[in-house]
Amino acid sequence: MTALRRLGSALVAPALAVVVAVVITAVVILLIGENPSTALRVLLDFGDTPAQQTQAIVVILNRAVPLFLSGLAVAVAFRMGLFNIGVEGQYRMATVLAAGAGAAVALPGPLHVLLIIVVAMAVGALWAGIVAVLKVTRGVSEVISSIMLNFIALGTASWLLTGPLRGSEEGAAIITTTDIPESGRFPDLNGLFDVVGLAQPRSGLYGFLLVAVVVGVAVAVVLTRTRFGFDLRATGMSPSAATASGVDARRMVIKTMLISGGIAGLIGLPDLLGDTHHFGTEFTAGLGFLGIAVALLGRGSPTGIAFAALLFAFLDRAAVPLQFADIPASVVTIIQGTIVLAVVIANELARQLTRRRAERGSGQGGPPTDDGTSAGPGGPVGTRITDDRQEAGA
Amino acid sequence: MSTVTTAATSASNRGPLTELFLGGGTARRITWGLVGLMLLMSVVRIVSGEQALTSSSTFATALLLAVPIGLAALGGLFSERAGVVNIGLEGMMILGTWGGGYAGYQWGWVGAIVGGVLFGAAGGLVHAIATVTFGVDHVVSGVAINILAGGIVRFLSELVYAGSDVGGGVTQSPALSSRPPSFSLPVLSDGPDLLGDLAGREWFLVSDIAGLLRGMTSGVGVLTLIAILLVPLSYLVLWRTAFGLRLRSCGENPAAADSLGVPVYRMKYIAVVISGGLAGLGGVALVFVANIYKEGQTGGRGFIGLAALIFGNWRPGGLAAGAGLFGFADGLQLRSRTAVVALLLLLAVLLLAVAVFQTVRGKYVQAVLAAAFAALSLVGFLTIEELPTGIVSFTPHLITLLVLSLASQRLRMPKADGLVYRRGEH
Repeated sequence: MTALRRLGSALVAPALAVVVAVVITAVVILLIGENPSTALRVLLDFGDTPAQQTQAIVVILNRAVPLFLSGLAVAVAFRMGLFNIGVEGQYRMATVLAAGAGAAVALPGPLHVLLIIVVAMAVGALWAGIVAVLKVTRGVSEVISSIMLNFIALGTASWLLTGPLRGSEEGAAIITTTDIPESGRFPDLNGLFDVVGLAQPRSGLYGFLLVAVVVGVAVAVVLTRTRFGFDLRATGMSPSAATASGVDARRMVIKTMLISGGIAGLIGLPDLLGDTHHFGTEFTAGLGFLGIAVALLGRGSPTGIAFAALLFAFLDRAAVPLQFADIPASVVTIIQGTIVLAVVIANELARQLTRRRAERGSGQGGPPTDDGTSAGPGGPVGTRITDDRQEAGA
Repeated sequence: MSTVTTAATSASNRGPLTELFLGGGTARRITWGLVGLMLLMSVVRIVSGEQALTSSSTFATALLLAVPIGLAALGGLFSERAGVVNIGLEGMMILGTWGGGYAGYQWGWVGAIVGGVLFGAAGGLVHAIATVTFGVDHVVSGVAINILAGGIVRFLSELVYAGSDVGGGVTQSPALSSRPPSFSLPVLSDGPDLLGDLAGREWFLVSDIAGLLRGMTSGVGVLTLIAILLVPLSYLVLWRTAFGLRLRSCGENPAAADSLGVPVYRMKYIAVVISGGLAGLGGVALVFVANIYKEGQTGGRGFIGLAALIFGNWRPGGLAAGAGLFGFADGLQLRSRTAVVALLLLLAVLLLAVAVFQTVRGKYVQAVLAAAFAALSLVGFLTIEELPTGIVSFTPHLITLLVLSLASQRLRMPKADGLVYRRGEH
């Protein structure tokens, strides 16, 4: 019963936020003189033939994989109370260098892919490591430094692309790195569709989906089942309590940022290894910023992030069809932004609600579901409630 | 009492030369610092032969680009002094650029200012509702506003400009219908242009100072004047009025302020809305530079403004200095790619000074590190002819990062900055 209730209260906030966002978007669409039901129909219309429908599903899944990884990278740092806004720069640097490394060597199949993955993770981790080192040695806020490093990464990536790693010939409209050879590509999962008896889509389902699942499970296990994960979450909830119990906060900052950056390094790989096989001026941008939104929507848990990534991918797919229906594609961005703002507000309201319920029904109410924003150093729940009451009454 | 005695003894222990340079309070030390910096830049200009480093047009561009950064930083000052961290400055600035462009092409430059401020303030209002009323984490709300602002301006452009014949498009507005007026000092920087003449002669130090003065006084836009006046005005409002004291008390100790009858929530609302308005005005400054609204025009200047605020230790004078520094880097980057290389020489000299200073203090690890980096930038200066565009584009951001990592330890932010205040929960 309590488990069901906890699940319920965990789902109420995001569901409420999605509803609020849909209502706001409907109002916006009404304001521009279009019909909201048209937009809804476009969102849900996956096409007429079975092949079109599976294609739509593949597009959504392929978009969801990088979003999921990006959300995961943000969330790992977020659970410790660190804002890694630099995921955007970390994945751009990682992808351009991984593309360069992948094109430069020739290795047998799995080794080649492994090398690209290792390079990407190492570059991402190093780039995030700069933020961590500046924070622990010089006290620079990770928010500012990671934003500045984003700009530096974008500039450096564009220089690498036009200079040392340039593969396309002079004068080409789109500048790219040299293509990664066949051995460094990730096989797609389209065999799966035959197994379950669905029509074959036009494009391939990224095999990197499996890697993403593995990373997601690994993060979940590390966060909830290991000493490190416990220390990480404890530091996020109450730095002073964690330090008092012997956690070295500086080392935790460095380790966490390295892990976050390592995951961020993977974000560009689904597209790189599964589709484009090179980095270029047209390479998918903005995944890092969307990852922040996905992580907030998923409330920092890998399962939640997976659902959030699928929701965002589902919305992104509709961008082009919406334009055919004369509705601006930026409606999608507005829905996404509103969902995020609504979900953080709903989370906060839900927290206050459980808190009040716990105060009123002294003892029989469930444990307060704190997100760590106001969690005190972990004393027994009972004493904290009485403390609050006294202060509220005073 | 005891502090006064110590200060007196330590001052008398100094030699006359040290007293000349280090005595006399902050104002004299800042003056000497500026003189020293000017001297250094002059030397670097002569050695590197990069006239653009201290030319009057570089300083004019620097001033022009310092304005949006400074306005965003002033916005951050109001908000953070009231205890609300405002990462959403960038988003409010984006809203300001759109509002400025939309109102500007219809009603001229006055309309642009009003429109930009209103749009920015609307963004501030959203941030205030989320953080003050609902108690959402400040950084989270700010990030959400930045994402949302990008979507909103694109949506509005698609709605207003796409398909219409006013001349705009999905990513830009039509040109402003009137240019804002600009002013020059007569005789000195206009007419006979005495300063401009001096600046062109490439004399040591004299030409550099003339370049600086001419850059500051020739063709100064009306928004630049407003921005410069807003710095002392913000100081007076925040530090010399009852309103300012109440606002700052919300950022230092909201519970105590509340117990003394300060309407904490209302003060925070006012502060964050002002903050949004100022950031929006910063956006208008960018629109004035280009005479048009363009998507992505802000280029992270809201974030640089936030860095200028931190660099300036949450004080108006400090943030103005920070904005000037980042504006100079931004201006130099836009004016001349080769002049950026000369900055490496400047960096090498500064780092060498740091190395000497640390050796005197007996901190050998820091000294060796600084010397190594000094040698590295010197090698860079000697070997690099011209930096590629990709690298030059992030000069202001790199300098922001360097300055923050060198200077961020002695800073003191408002005590309750970034903490969610819920009435009765503290």
